[in-house]
Amino acid sequence: MHKIWLIIKREYLVRVRKKSFIIMTILGPILMAALLIVPTFLATQTQEERIIALNEDVNYILEDSEFIHFTTIPTSEAELLKTDFSESPFYALLYLEGENFTLYSNQQISLSVSKSIERQLEQLIEHEKLKLLGIDLQMLEDASTEINITTKIISEDGFTSNSQAEASMGIGFISGILIYMFIFMYGTMVMRGVIEEKTSRIVEVIISSVKPFQLMMGKILGVALVGLTQFVLWIIITIIISTVAELAFLDANVMVTEMNSSDQSVILAQVAEFTGGINLLQIFLAFIFYFLAGYLMYSALFAAVGSAVDTEADTQQFVLPITIPIILSFVLITPIMENPDGTLAFWMSMIPFTSPVIMMVRLPFGVANWELSLSIGILITSFIATTWLAGRIYRTGILMYGKKATYKEIWKWLKY
Amino acid sequence: MNKLLIVKDVVKQYGDYTALTNANISVPKGSIYGLLGPNGAGKTTLMRIINQITAPDSGEVIFDGKPLQKHHISEIGYMPEERGLYKKMKVGEQALYLAQLKGMSYNEALEKLKFWFEKLDILSWWNKKVEELSKGMAQKIQFIVTVIHEPKLLIFDEPFSGFDPINAAIIRKEILELAEKGTTIIFSTHRMESVEEICDHIALINKSKTILEGTIEDIKKQFTANTFEVITSGGELQENDVFTIVSLKDNNYHIKPKAGKSAKEILESILEDTEIISFKKETPTMEDIFIKAVNNA
Repeated sequence: MHKIWLIIKREYLVRVRKKSFIIMTILGPILMAALLIVPTFLATQTQEERIIALNEDVNYILEDSEFIHFTTIPTSEAELLKTDFSESPFYALLYLEGENFTLYSNQQISLSVSKSIERQLEQLIEHEKLKLLGIDLQMLEDASTEINITTKIISEDGFTSNSQAEASMGIGFISGILIYMFIFMYGTMVMRGVIEEKTSRIVEVIISSVKPFQLMMGKILGVALVGLTQFVLWIIITIIISTVAELAFLDANVMVTEMNSSDQSVILAQVAEFTGGINLLQIFLAFIFYFLAGYLMYSALFAAVGSAVDTEADTQQFVLPITIPIILSFVLITPIMENPDGTLAFWMSMIPFTSPVIMMVRLPFGVANWELSLSIGILITSFIATTWLAGRIYRTGILMYGKKATYKEIWKWLKY
Repeated sequence: MNKLLIVKDVVKQYGDYTALTNANISVPKGSIYGLLGPNGAGKTTLMRIINQITAPDSGEVIFDGKPLQKHHISEIGYMPEERGLYKKMKVGEQALYLAQLKGMSYNEALEKLKFWFEKLDILSWWNKKVEELSKGMAQKIQFIVTVIHEPKLLIFDEPFSGFDPINAAIIRKEILELAEKGTTIIFSTHRMESVEEICDHIALINKSKTILEGTIEDIKKQFTANTFEVITSGGELQENDVFTIVSLKDNNYHIKPKAGKSAKEILESILEDTEIISFKKETPTMEDIFIKAVNNA
């Protein structure tokens, strides 16, 4: 046990100290935040005040909005503008010809401006027509109705709870994707580590001190810790960034400060209601389990592939069959979310190669306890079996140099 | 003599391929033991079995009087032919890691490593990355991490490949020093000149079997053809009732004594005819023995 700790420690420290790890850990959340913040930031910054000239023919009263102001000009001036717009103080000119409205400008008119004018005109003309037909606007308003259907789930023990499809989809999707990413990124990291040991020829030196299985497991667990570290750091950094961004936002915007103090509890209550029908603790625990068990099973296979080849270029033929089930489960996330209790969903959440992703997608929609236990049991059993098999391939593979491994060859290694 | 390691009837098969059939060696305590054999004879497999990297299908391995067990790992040091280090890791850190894997504590490993690094005058490399070192430099590190835990048995597989002559001499000196202190050493090589220089015992493995084993002296005796090499100052030699001529080139004769005749009688009979520049009993080199034994087997 002491030796496997040494191995875990080395595998962990070597990777965590790498520049690429540090850069990815810091840059990841910043890039994510940038992806979310920058477009909104840009959208608010480019908003300048725009004055739209209305030809006096347009006798609708358009309301000014925050960035768009309207002003009426005489036809003579409008006619002049239509030929030469360059000197005018206006952003655009709204001109009515017969039934048709036209916006003239010397630049590309932004979609948001034309849409907002369209909306106002539509409403004004609609109201005018309704008035002509003799319909009272107030009556119309009173008659308008809005209905929200609440869906409730009656569980086996008789409790009813709110079901929230959107939240379920969100949670399922995010956890499924995270597991998929984790298996892929860190599984291949294990594989590359094994190949490195093989090509640098250090492996025989090490396995004269420890069992090949210890070396393999030490590597797998060390890399798992690297992944968890990165994950936790991402969460922490994201929280820091969003807090900082929020504070910066508060300074600039007084309106938010006013509503913030009172609304915090309201928002919390809304979140609670939104996710009310979902057993968050169960999902969290299941996530940790599928996250780790899925990774452990796949990374053992990746380690076996790494041991069988001499260079990374040779891995393709072996990696493909391993990645197909993960990619398949990724592709099936959407159809399974649409029918989380179907036959496909059931079987995919039982087959150990797809269950880590698929069960996490299904879980927020509610899964019977026996199904969950069965899936967990199958995954544990197959994790032990694949690790054992991978260990047998690994211990022979790492000592084979210069031989191109084939499936037939690997089958033989299993029996040595 | 007391044996440190006995390998008895060891068999190892990989599928249809037989790596070892009835490998037998017994290594005396404190000896320098040469493990010889052509490529593919099974030397590496045998060394892997002694290091418990692979397990034999049948047969036994006795280490220091007891069947080989997991804890013996800390009493054996192995430098494989296929050897290397983590390229991206610093020299000192890596040496510490490998020493600890052999079961040493951190402090003990640090102390011993400092001693060896100073001895081989490479302390300045401690914080360098392995990829910055030359192949020969990396080999020195490799040597140190092999011997660092002061094992009873050291196994070197082609230890001098990759070394320039100067560094090879340094390593040879260190190995001999360790042997003097009582460490038993197994050498695997097909470079015969180093065998004759260093080893006192050898085993020859060919086609997965031990075909020859013993002290160098005994083996040489066994392969001596009982011929003499004679160089004369110019006079011709004639066969007589004491010896026959096996071959001749210029004044260089190979002669064989007739039954029951001694070297003294031959010498006297030659001196009657001509002057002698050189007269010596022919002993085969290890290379001759190696080739002969492999071809006969």
